[in-house]
Amino acid sequence: MKILVCISHVPDTTSKINFSNGDSEFDTNGVQYVINPNDEFGLTRAIWFQEQQGANVTVVNVGGPDTEPTLRKALAIGANEAIRVNANPTDGFFVAKQLAEVIKNGGYDLVIAGKESLDYNGGMVPGMIAGILGSNFLNSCTAITVEGNNVNAVREIDGGKETVNTTLPLIIGGQKGLVEEKDLRIPNMRGIMTARTKALTILEPVDAPVNTKAVKFEKPAPKSAVKLVAADNLDELINLLHNEAKVI
Amino acid sequence: MSLLIYAESAEGKFKKVAFELASYAKKVAETLGTTVTAVTVNISDVSELAKYGVDKILKVNNDKLAGFTAKAYADVIKQAAQKEGAKVVLLSSTTDSIYLSSLVAVALEAGFASNVVGLPVSTSPFQVKRNAFSNKAFNITEINTAIKVLGLAKNSYGIFENAGSATEEDFNPTIDENDFGVKVASVEKGSGKVSIADADIVVSGGRGLKGPENWGLIENLASVLGAATACSKPVSDLGWRPHSEHVGQTGKPVATNLYIAIGISGAIQHIAGINSSKVKVVINSDPEAPFFKVADYGIVGDAFDIVPQLTEKLKAFKAQHS
Repeated sequence: MKILVCISHVPDTTSKINFSNGDSEFDTNGVQYVINPNDEFGLTRAIWFQEQQGANVTVVNVGGPDTEPTLRKALAIGANEAIRVNANPTDGFFVAKQLAEVIKNGGYDLVIAGKESLDYNGGMVPGMIAGILGSNFLNSCTAITVEGNNVNAVREIDGGKETVNTTLPLIIGGQKGLVEEKDLRIPNMRGIMTARTKALTILEPVDAPVNTKAVKFEKPAPKSAVKLVAADNLDELINLLHNEAKVI
Repeated sequence: MSLLIYAESAEGKFKKVAFELASYAKKVAETLGTTVTAVTVNISDVSELAKYGVDKILKVNNDKLAGFTAKAYADVIKQAAQKEGAKVVLLSSTTDSIYLSSLVAVALEAGFASNVVGLPVSTSPFQVKRNAFSNKAFNITEINTAIKVLGLAKNSYGIFENAGSATEEDFNPTIDENDFGVKVASVEKGSGKVSIADADIVVSGGRGLKGPENWGLIENLASVLGAATACSKPVSDLGWRPHSEHVGQTGKPVATNLYIAIGISGAIQHIAGINSSKVKVVINSDPEAPFFKVADYGIVGDAFDIVPQLTEKLKAFKAQHS
């Protein structure tokens, strides 16, 4: 089985979010980048398939040279090889088009992308890849097993979950549950050393339309301070929720 | 041209998000000088939609669509959009609608903006404001394609009645057998309780509750408020509560009217997941807990004393106001 894991290179959750150039660009100053958490669950599941079922795992990212440390980290965690499509990932469809091209040319059976990246929160790339390729697609996937061509997987739904059967080739939008948080791996020294010699192929992007453009960013208005209510004055809290906030 | 919405339903009834989407669509349609068409799947009585400003309803009734299948539903929406010549297609942000929206966008060669909050900033060029960076910022996205698909963030606009009448029309799109490559084998749903996705109020517990045996506190308060119950990540990691209740960045997102955090310190990942809730209340014994920085109302004190009292008082309040 050939698995492709799509990796987004995103600011660490604890990063301060600021914008530069007249609020038109994300300010990367002092920002630590990580593998997008939803992608990391998928990557770890892919490594499980590699170890248990002999799968070959490629990681791919659409981004500039500055994203390579994130791909190297994925290699250090255990991916066999990496691909970087050398383009600025501005629009979801543009990115999906690039990834679809990689998938077509590489003949991957299973494509694991995170259901959403934590920077733009678009949540659209896995579905768009499936739309472009016409493959089977499962979003919000929290568990997956593969036997031969047959896939058994779980999708989170509002208020519960559903178990589905499908077949390869398959695209999933993955999330926590594919593996548990405790099963996520920190690269060890040996992994880091071997990652240096694994193949990282750079591909130039194919032509694709850029359908959307982030033109400006805004930060939420600063929050007013919390109103503290004394623990022995719960009637006041009820009063505030009813008359001021109007939520009960 | 008109504006098309997919009015999502479950078990033969519209979801509340369908009414919010219709309310939103009406306002956008007014700005664009057009009308709102809704497409519905397997709903016999669709009249309720007219209350929220829908002008025309395309009713799809087909046994093959009895269960939700993203590709098939996306195909139905695409055909409805083509039939109506819709230039704007609006979808909500439930798990199912998020699942199908990118398929709809690709099928219509449309630019897609998800997590949209508020009315378009401008219609020419077409620009919308959306949540980004896990609710730590907004971004204004411009869509350059002839057809535009928008995903409206849950609870970001509100439900507004807009009395009118809607014409109804049966619509029979072509159903492609190839759309059923993913087959549902079984569904597990929490029994009879309010789900986090549907709830107006969520009561959430953290490690401050000391153990799963104390969850009655959370459940009783939630029950009085008609709220869903949720928990922080450590609580689900410890196995005190099921993963399906974990809210936060890697758990479920919450965008309710009222979020009550009990014994939750407020790690940045937790806040990222719940921050689009309108009103946040924190009850915590530690006045330095980060949650106080993002909450609207707070009580410093022992949850084991406060929550039962609050539950009793709310019970009396509800009895008086119902």
